[in-house]
Amino acid sequence: MKVALMVTCVNDAMFPDAGKAVVTLLRRLGVDVEFPEAQTCCAQPMVNTGYLDEAVPVVRTFVDAFAGYDAVVTPSGSCAGSVRHQHSIVARRSGDPALARRVEQTAPRVHELTEFLVDVLGVEDVGASFPHRVTYHPTCHSLRLLGVGDRPTRLLRAVRGLELVELPMAEECCGFGGTFAVKNADVSVAMGSDKARHVRETGAEVLVAGDSSCLMHVGGLLSRQQSGVRVMHLAEVLAATEGAAPSVPPVPPGAAETPAGAGIGGRS
Amino acid sequence: MTATFVGMPVFPTAARAALADTQLRRNLAHATSTIRAKRLSVVSEVEEWEDLRLAGAAIKDQALLDLDQHLLRLEERLTANGAIVHWARDAAEACAIVAQVARDHEVDEVVKVKSMATAEIELNERLAEHGIAAWETDLAELIVQLGDDLPSHILVPAIHRNRAEIREIFLTRMAGAGKAAPADLTDDPPELAAAARQHLREKFLRAKVGISGANFAVADTGTLVVVESEGNGRMCLTLPEVLVSVVGIEKVLPTWTDLEVFLQTLPRSSTGERMNPYTSTWSGVTPGDGPQEVHVVLLDNGRTRALADEVGRQALRCIRCSACLNVCPVYERTGGHAYGSVYPGPIGAILNPLLRGPGSGDQVDSLPYASTLCGACFEACPVRIDIPTVLVDLRAQVVDAHRGGVPSAQSVAMKGAAWTFGSGARLRAATRASGLLGDVVRRFGRRSLPGGRSALGRLPGPGAAWSGARDMPTPPSESFRAWWRRTAGGTSETSGARDPEGGPGTPRPNPGTPTTTGDRSPDQSADPSGRPAAGPLDRGVGGGAL
Ligand code: SF4
Repeated sequence: MKVALMVTCVNDAMFPDAGKAVVTLLRRLGVDVEFPEAQTCCAQPMVNTGYLDEAVPVVRTFVDAFAGYDAVVTPSGSCAGSVRHQHSIVARRSGDPALARRVEQTAPRVHELTEFLVDVLGVEDVGASFPHRVTYHPTCHSLRLLGVGDRPTRLLRAVRGLELVELPMAEECCGFGGTFAVKNADVSVAMGSDKARHVRETGAEVLVAGDSSCLMHVGGLLSRQQSGVRVMHLAEVLAATEGAAPSVPPVPPGAAETPAGAGIGGRS
Repeated sequence: MTATFVGMPVFPTAARAALADTQLRRNLAHATSTIRAKRLSVVSEVEEWEDLRLAGAAIKDQALLDLDQHLLRLEERLTANGAIVHWARDAAEACAIVAQVARDHEVDEVVKVKSMATAEIELNERLAEHGIAAWETDLAELIVQLGDDLPSHILVPAIHRNRAEIREIFLTRMAGAGKAAPADLTDDPPELAAAARQHLREKFLRAKVGISGANFAVADTGTLVVVESEGNGRMCLTLPEVLVSVVGIEKVLPTWTDLEVFLQTLPRSSTGERMNPYTSTWSGVTPGDGPQEVHVVLLDNGRTRALADEVGRQALRCIRCSACLNVCPVYERTGGHAYGSVYPGPIGAILNPLLRGPGSGDQVDSLPYASTLCGACFEACPVRIDIPTVLVDLRAQVVDAHRGGVPSAQSVAMKGAAWTFGSGARLRAATRASGLLGDVVRRFGRRSLPGGRSALGRLPGPGAAWSGARDMPTPPSESFRAWWRRTAGGTSETSGARDPEGGPGTPRPNPGTPTTTGDRSPDQSADPSGRPAAGPLDRGVGGGAL
């Protein structure tokens, strides 16, 4: 099986460790993953902001980069959702039937990481070890657009030493929403602050999710609030093994209480 | 009533004001979470819920497909049953028809059943211009009207008010509108309801003309249907001599049996009840029973415009249950006023632009962006309106409507991003630039995220929108693609060994350590034009350029 990693533009530029973790994890599971260097972005930033014409060359680049692979795996539910649900819309807009055909061939082969692990590889225990107290936020596009269901938590429960604590109101959006985080910054921060409060209530050391962008938003709030809670991509946790586990700082005393500035526009 | 949505600011501005009102946020969070839980529990009782959603969507789609025929059939049946049918292209025409009926009967007041269509056309305000007082008889609508307020929710227009506020409104305003509230009124809900009941009873018994909308209009039988909880609707529909119903043309169902599906899904989705307490149906005039003169105004007001929109037309399936509002995390924090219309929340964010046309004004154009596209609304909608997909399509229409003018900062950023994302080599150049900037910032940065990664705090300029409340990790020295090249996919060097952010199991080197591999030298394959790479750089560092 020829497998390609779609790292996503956000992970590429901002969170390379998430991509490296996927490589480590898949190799450990016997998958020889390739990284087509022609890849760029799923075009979601353009599509979701309404710039469909601008999305056409990006989708073209995407199908060029990933044609010929049996499976494409990505550490982002949002980007996988964008490929599977939006590329056909962009292709239709382009008026190029050849592009539409190629999108039809490529898009269904794109899997979010947990779908790939559970459905394609058929594993739930990936041999990871991560002895920490963890809470998991199911990001909206994984949850509702892709319907990954309990695959991520099944994978997390099989990790040695990991204590999974339930996140209150887990299914509520964190407020990131791509350009929403900037265009409607006040509402975005209000939503994210509630999410961060729920995370602190769990007393977890680490907040885990399958989308780096959502983690960047909630993590940015948790950091500003000096909560001591670290955010990590699910792939990094699943890639961790005994002895090589990422160091996690202890949660400082009192972090689970509401720090100053937890509300809108949290002051630090 | 003096309050009006006209001139409301764009959504982000209105939302900011709403967010600052902590009482409002508390009221909303309480009300929406209560009704959410109720809906979830009664919906989960119905095993074939998904089938009902599919059936509801299919019936509505079929009705919309042959809308012209169903409307003509409806007109024919209603007329045969003794009703007078009017057609109104827009709000002005509809209001003029209703005002004429009231004038013909020389009344200076009418009683109203709560109706979204009449709120949409601002009928009360137009009637007031003719010296006719229109009295709302739904409890929540009465609270809004007495308070000179605007509705904030489809089902519970006064959702943003709490008991104490309602008591205050009743005490100070009821006397001016009719029967006064008892002087010793408390904020006990049964007492508040009793005061409203006394106040309204007087109006029901006096009114000669009643005005309603309709939840459904059955073409085959010429039947209008109103479902409600309080019974005030039934009073308005049966006591007055004259009844005028303003009905959006999308309310048509082909046959009587089509009702079956919606009488199951509507109450469960909207009030969280298994069945609504009152369902009233009428098909024209019945001699000696109920109103003896019945008018039906069939209202377009942008609906044929929405119908012509291939993606957006599904919004016309909406049965106004308000389930999408109650599950929407954006609505929960801003309330309905921020949407600047009688249709707030997710459905308002698509319906208003569809009815009025994207590009018709900044306020309308801001609505499709008033969502994170989280999809909770689609999941809750009993007629499966794919609101996120319609939102994205409308965003494209907004962008297209503004193409060709002076380019906005956003469109420049998007074009830049598209250019960068057009090739892997261009993106490599951009991520390198972002990494270099990260190195520079790291030298000055004093903040670090849990886990040790350095972070940006408050930023000036375009980054401020992100950084006012959120830290941002500095871009790493080395992008994933640079790492892949340098290490041949992690095979020529231990994964993460050069990662200045301290990858798994590695010590954290001095921040800003210059990278000495060939990868940081100018890249021959990068675009020779030297055009600045706006996309990932802006997105990565400031996050505020879009
Ligand atoms: S869009 Fe759907 S959920 Fe929202 S009010 Fe209409 S029918 Fe109800």
